[in-house]
Amino acid sequence: MDGIADMGGRQGFGRVPPLTAEPPFAEPWEGMAFALGLLSIRAAGANLHAFRHALERVPPLDYLGSYYDRWLHASQMMLADSGVLTSEGVAARAARLRGSDAAEPEPPEPHKPQMPSGGPGNLRSLDTPPAFAVGDRVRTADLQTDGHTRLPGYVRRRTGTVTALRPAAVFPDTAASFLGENPQHCYAVEFDSRELWGPRAEPFSVSIDLFEPYLEQVR
Amino acid sequence: MTASEDHLDPALRAEALSSLLIERGLIDEATVNNFIKTYEQSVGPLNGAKVVARAWTDPEYAGRLLADGTAAIAELGFKGPQGEHIVVLENTPGVHHVVVCTLCSCYPWPVLGLPPSWYKDPAYRSRMVREPRAVLAEFGLELGEDVAVRVFDSSSEVRYMVLPMRPAGTEGLSEAELAALVTRDAMVGVAEAAAP
Repeated sequence: MDGIADMGGRQGFGRVPPLTAEPPFAEPWEGMAFALGLLSIRAAGANLHAFRHALERVPPLDYLGSYYDRWLHASQMMLADSGVLTSEGVAARAARLRGSDAAEPEPPEPHKPQMPSGGPGNLRSLDTPPAFAVGDRVRTADLQTDGHTRLPGYVRRRTGTVTALRPAAVFPDTAASFLGENPQHCYAVEFDSRELWGPRAEPFSVSIDLFEPYLEQVR
Repeated sequence: MTASEDHLDPALRAEALSSLLIERGLIDEATVNNFIKTYEQSVGPLNGAKVVARAWTDPEYAGRLLADGTAAIAELGFKGPQGEHIVVLENTPGVHHVVVCTLCSCYPWPVLGLPPSWYKDPAYRSRMVREPRAVLAEFGLELGEDVAVRVFDSSSEVRYMVLPMRPAGTEGLSEAELAALVTRDAMVGVAEAAAP
């Protein structure tokens, strides 16, 4: 989806922050948000791709607030999507934790997704041969979706070169919506900076891993 | 623009979510605390530094690391979530690699731990694929025009780690002394390994 999370090439975010050394969690709640994010995936009957899709659906103002607050919003959204809890229930529990004696609503009836899994992790082996080989010129799709995709906007409709085959993997675009693992071949594709940003771009290349359905051969 | 309506303080939201899930038996407190402890204490850039120091002192290991990063890293005991397939990128005098995740915050947890703030910052995520030389210069790393810059955007389940160049004047150092020179920033590619 063309949401706030698709940040590659966006302008106006200013200077990068300093390279500071810091503990993983600045405050105790951040550690809890991290653990809740990972554990909510299982509690919601979801998967990592659905969690990333929840993250990108966090409203932009909340998304830009703080990293681990974003994780909390996404966890809550994913749990609500599976009927594990409701936002009213979370607000009521928060009020009670603050000392209110507000009544809590009855927990909802869960309706967790039931997507079959081909095994742990995301790497899969495929019987079909890969469509592309190292050295092939490929063009990326004009992909428009309100679902999840790992084809960022800045590399859509661009021509690059396959530089390596990556392991075949669960296709995030279908897995995030529980439509199936639908494993796909995956390729490292290298783009010249001028193909992405025009003739005045700094000289460099971007290499990005793209799934086969995003690509077509350039002849 | 929409924002969530309950405006809960994050610490309170975390506590509310956690108490609801614990009450329903969907998570347990010990597992939550174990996750936190693991990434606070056991998994971090010291792991990656050991990998780099081994590669600097053992050319055969370096060869295995560049050919199959996941397997060579597992030789030192490092594996786990966000490390299913790790590719190691070798910096040389002529080629500089740097890693970003423009879509989220993908990062090789088993070797580097959890990503630092700057890696997750919108400025880093947006600009690294558009003006990497300018971003690296802001971080204090000026690269000459004769150095090719290759940016890797972590968009699949593949995770990337940079093998920085061994600093000059380190010929007599032990593997442990070398590991102390290897920073997290150098293994993402926004800095060079520190001189002794």
